[in-house]
Amino acid sequence: MTTPTDRAAPPGAATDATGTAEADEARLQARFDALVADERRVEPRDWMPDGYRRTLVRQIAQHAHSEIIGMQPEGDWIASAPSLRRKAILLAKVQDEAGHGLYLYAAAETLGVDRADLTERLVTGRQKYSSIFNYPTLTFADVGVIGWLVDGAAICNQVPLCRSSYGPYARAMVRICKEESFHQRQGYELLLRMMAGTGAQRAMVQDAVDRWWWPSLMMFGPPDAESPNTARSMAWRIKRDTNDALRQRFVDMTVPQAEKLGVTLPDPELRWNPERGHHDFGEPDWAEFRRVLAGDGPRNAERIARRRAAHEDGAWVRAAAAAHAAKHPGGRP
Amino acid sequence: MTGDNVYDALTADHDGTDARWAFGTGFTDALAGVDTAVPDGVDGRDLGRYCEMLGDDALVLAQRLAQWCTSAPELEEEVALANIALDLLGQARLLLARAGQADGTGRDEDAFAYRRGPEGFRNVRLVEEPNGDFARSTARLLVAATWRLAVFTRLADSADPVLAAVAAKGTAELAYHRDYAAAWTVRLGDGTAYSRDRMAAGLAEVWPATAELFTAHPVERRLAACGAAVDPADVRDEVTGVLRTVLEAATLAVPDPPPPAAPAGRDGGHTPHLAPLLEELQRVARAHPDATW
Repeated sequence: MTTPTDRAAPPGAATDATGTAEADEARLQARFDALVADERRVEPRDWMPDGYRRTLVRQIAQHAHSEIIGMQPEGDWIASAPSLRRKAILLAKVQDEAGHGLYLYAAAETLGVDRADLTERLVTGRQKYSSIFNYPTLTFADVGVIGWLVDGAAICNQVPLCRSSYGPYARAMVRICKEESFHQRQGYELLLRMMAGTGAQRAMVQDAVDRWWWPSLMMFGPPDAESPNTARSMAWRIKRDTNDALRQRFVDMTVPQAEKLGVTLPDPELRWNPERGHHDFGEPDWAEFRRVLAGDGPRNAERIARRRAAHEDGAWVRAAAAAHAAKHPGGRP
Repeated sequence: MTGDNVYDALTADHDGTDARWAFGTGFTDALAGVDTAVPDGVDGRDLGRYCEMLGDDALVLAQRLAQWCTSAPELEEEVALANIALDLLGQARLLLARAGQADGTGRDEDAFAYRRGPEGFRNVRLVEEPNGDFARSTARLLVAATWRLAVFTRLADSADPVLAAVAAKGTAELAYHRDYAAAWTVRLGDGTAYSRDRMAAGLAEVWPATAELFTAHPVERRLAACGAAVDPADVRDEVTGVLRTVLEAATLAVPDPPPPAAPAGRDGGHTPHLAPLLEELQRVARAHPDATW
């Protein structure tokens, strides 16, 4: 916990001499560094370096955008879910994702940005979201594979963020991770059921695994050697593990699950390496990763267009709510 | 928390706040301990048909509300509309399961949802019409939730213990649905000039479909006579009273009631909008008739 003396100096306390301001800055920086090194949490009113704040805003906003855009590929299957139980599960899951977006935008707002502005940056392409959601969902098996692999990869990425140095982000991640683990299990349970079904269902599952495996590995980001921000984010304890370490953890976790399921992961180089105590695996197609990230994936334009349309079509509704609230201050309708 | 294995890490205690995250794990079975035998003096086929009617209303409206997913005007509305759809879907599942139990066919919820054509659906036409804009969807939800809450409140005393249990659970859900729709009706009606026009237009578009809501189908009439169902004519005053209160708060004119119409939807007579809705709902299940999901 921070004590009141750890907090940033109030605005009125600005110093008049540059030299003193620099000394103050150094003192605040030292205090911040000690807080982070001590595994304590940075809270919204604490002083923090501009770069730390910017990095967090970018990361949390991208994460929030990913939750919201991520509603689309699975949301497409709610209407056609093949049983009412699956429809209820899927609808609840997609609803959770909207909720995750809400917590994350709220966490970002503690850093002095606002949701409307972040949404504007998303729909105008100035902020990114996870590239995985630019791939299409072609069959209902994709719902299961997204739960198993995509949410599984997200859990690997996100569980360490529950210990992130920024308090509001870490706390949001606790709740999100609990729900993500539910999502992962529903996906795996659907696939188990489908693999025990007809030949056509088993073929659908294998096809979906073939299409989602490599994009799932790409979710951890570029190799460490090409991830210039990782070291700084780790020093700030915003991030806790490197991309490659998380990717390895995901592969090691997933291989036995694939065996139990009875599907083949589409990587001829995938094998257990007893010397390393880990699985060796092939290299994702990083050219494809960069292409999709740059906007040239199978569904990039459609995803943003739909989000923009919802935002623009809803403008009159939000304006009405604001007008009504202004007419009736302090009261509910 | 070591973080070596994410699944272990997930079960770790986070500052003693775990109890707050356990949403969704405490489900109670709405029918636990309820006698599922069809009561003496109640016709099983009528009861089955009545459960289909109320189940189909909920299923079709849930399907329409779920179409808002990813297109709602604000994230809070994404969450709320999905929540309402989930409540209705839950009601539909219980009612359709009861229908198959009561009518003696043993059909399960999915047999009703996926293996009937439009002529077999017993929902009122109000719920099958397209969503339109947010105002029209709000107007429809206001009418549907107000009607259903009035019916369920009475149905909690049904001679059928299953219907009574489903209704008792559903009233709290429906009270929220009605409240949500009423709040948006007021915001839009008493918001901007533009939203007021849209809300008035949405209400006018939905209004004709209210004509069949208060006309009893023979099945409803027979079951009402033995205390198992609610005669929809009995809820007319309550429903119109609530709607008047909400519309007045929204500074909107209350439309004249449409001339009563025969309950066409209850007999499988639908608008052209139901068939494409069902085509989408049923296409995967029908493409894989031997599959398990």
